[in-house]
Amino acid sequence: MNRVSANPSAASSSGQPLLQVSDVAVHFGGIIALDGVSFDVKQGSILGLIGPNGAGKTTLFNCLSRLYIPNSGDIRFAGQSILSTAPHKIANTGIGRTFQNLALFATMSVLDNVMVGGHSQSSSDFLSNALRLPWVKTEEDGLADTAWDLIEYLDLMDEAYTPVADLPFGTQKRVELARALASKPKLLLLDEPAGGLNHDEVDGLGSLIKQIRDDRGITVLLVEHHMSLVMAVSDHVVAIDFGRKIGEGTPSEVQQNPEVIRAYLGTSD
Amino acid sequence: MVADVKMTSTGRRAIPENPALRLSIAGIRLPVWNKIWLILALLIAVVMPFLVEDFSVFQMTQALIFAMAILGLNLLTGFNGQFSLGHSAFFGIGAYTTAIMMGHYDIAFYWTVIPAGVVCLVAGFLFGLPALRLEGLYLALATFALATAMPQILKYNHFEEFTGGVQGIDLDKPKSPVAFMTDDQFLYFVVLLIAVFLFICAWNLVRGRTGRAMIAIRDNPIAAQTMGVNNAVYKSLTFGVSALYTGVAGSMSAIIIQFVAPDSFTFLLAVTFLVGLVVGGVASIPGAIFGGIFVLLIPNFSEWVADLTGRTDAKGLSWAVYGAFLILAVYVMPAGAAGFVRKLTAKLARGN
Ligand SMILES: Nc1ncnc2c1ncn2[C@@H]1O[C@H](COP(=O)(O)OP(=O)(O)O)[C@@H](O)[C@H]1O
Ligand SMILES: [Mg+2]
Repeated sequence: MNRVSANPSAASSSGQPLLQVSDVAVHFGGIIALDGVSFDVKQGSILGLIGPNGAGKTTLFNCLSRLYIPNSGDIRFAGQSILSTAPHKIANTGIGRTFQNLALFATMSVLDNVMVGGHSQSSSDFLSNALRLPWVKTEEDGLADTAWDLIEYLDLMDEAYTPVADLPFGTQKRVELARALASKPKLLLLDEPAGGLNHDEVDGLGSLIKQIRDDRGITVLLVEHHMSLVMAVSDHVVAIDFGRKIGEGTPSEVQQNPEVIRAYLGTSD
Repeated sequence: MVADVKMTSTGRRAIPENPALRLSIAGIRLPVWNKIWLILALLIAVVMPFLVEDFSVFQMTQALIFAMAILGLNLLTGFNGQFSLGHSAFFGIGAYTTAIMMGHYDIAFYWTVIPAGVVCLVAGFLFGLPALRLEGLYLALATFALATAMPQILKYNHFEEFTGGVQGIDLDKPKSPVAFMTDDQFLYFVVLLIAVFLFICAWNLVRGRTGRAMIAIRDNPIAAQTMGVNNAVYKSLTFGVSALYTGVAGSMSAIIIQFVAPDSFTFLLAVTFLVGLVVGGVASIPGAIFGGIFVLLIPNFSEWVADLTGRTDAKGLSWAVYGAFLILAVYVMPAGAAGFVRKLTAKLARGN
């Protein structure tokens, strides 16, 4: 198995993986959700993380956004361990995410949702906001500008002022993506972005994910059930089952991996 | 596609205009209506005190004070999703700060308002810190405990030297320095000025980065945190700011009533704020004004109705009438007065 380099000072060199997950284990009482998972994500790549339901994919994402703390192991982002980073500072370090079961701000408009995504990129406080000090307007304009860019990019122009709760599921997923991009992430974590989408939407999503990587240079870690999508967009695929890595390689290698085939045949419908 | 577009400041992209702003009633667009109502309300607020007797001016002042306190509660509960049944305590702390400064140290009333606000800001922040661990009903319970403890603390005999114990503190009425205003009119305008300032600040706050973070925490705390919002700091600071608003209201109330006593700041007052919040409209800034007027007028009106019966138990009956009004208000306007106006406006605009 591919071991992580023990030399953190090499972080800035271009050969260094952007994300290094090493031996991460997470237990919930008696349940072992992750059991020593290790893999690297190369800068500028799209890595597909697959595995049957309950394999531990979302749990791993929650570790990456510091919602959970692993019982053991380490997670390094750009060479630095993030385990001692406060959860609200993760966005600032350059990790953005979407949620499997949507976590939008339901009463807020699309525009406001995306602007909250820019929170980590701005700094005005209670007092300067309450008094609307001159520089607050500059900051607001900048946030709005970024938000409108993303709203246009994700084809949300006509819904910009609509409260997100009133939007169809597929549109809400695009809002989440826009919101995640507003924090200008270096690494984007997508948790089952194709869930609940129809065929055409899934095709569109595939090209969108590639476009995000190509246009913006954002590294993508993609959790997905939709095999054809993962295989179409990923440079590299990691398969996990019962919290353990069962295979890793190019999409075609992983597809032929007997363990992966068994895991999917054993549980799939 | 949206037809009407305007260019950004940089001129590189067309931003669609909010379609809600393009609606109109009687040929006048909604943003213009908003301005008309605002100017009308301010005009009434400025002219009214010269047209009515002093007691009514005093009542208008009280309504404004209630509105400020309700606005404070709204920032916390309406916008940030934290419950409080304890805002009577902050109202009381604000009132006592002013009363002690005026009564014991002969400090002019206008110097006491900011200290009262700051004391409450700190008190609210400090209370908000442990409250971070509490959600929903548990937070309601903790704040309820604060509300029930406050009168006892104010009566506590070791503090009596400052607080005046059960007797409270009597204050002198500030004299009007303006020749054409009575004392009541003068105080009304002081309160109006402070209220207008606090309402503008709240309006700015909820529309900026801070307000978006406050609402984001209310709607989805985990997502808010993932977007980089420091939930703990925002929640405890919101608690502090909310207490500041309510404390300034308390301070002004001590000045206009010229008296503070522990039993003016019971749990019942906290419930009054909550009633004003719900009737005015949760998470609505103008709603706080409706709320302030409601909680001031309806009890008086209920008493008047109860007295009409000429019964000896009219006092108890007035509460029943009050309850009936409350049920009616919530039934007719389930989203508060502000929500009612919003719905009505939408209906009228669509009818065009
Ligand atoms: N907060 C939690 N508490 C207890 N068990 C959990 C929690 N989160 C996940 N699990 C368990 O961990 C396992 C992995 O879940 P998850 O990461 O959601 O899987 P996946 O996303 O791959 O479908 C499941 O058995 C799940 O029930
Ligand atoms: Mg999952």
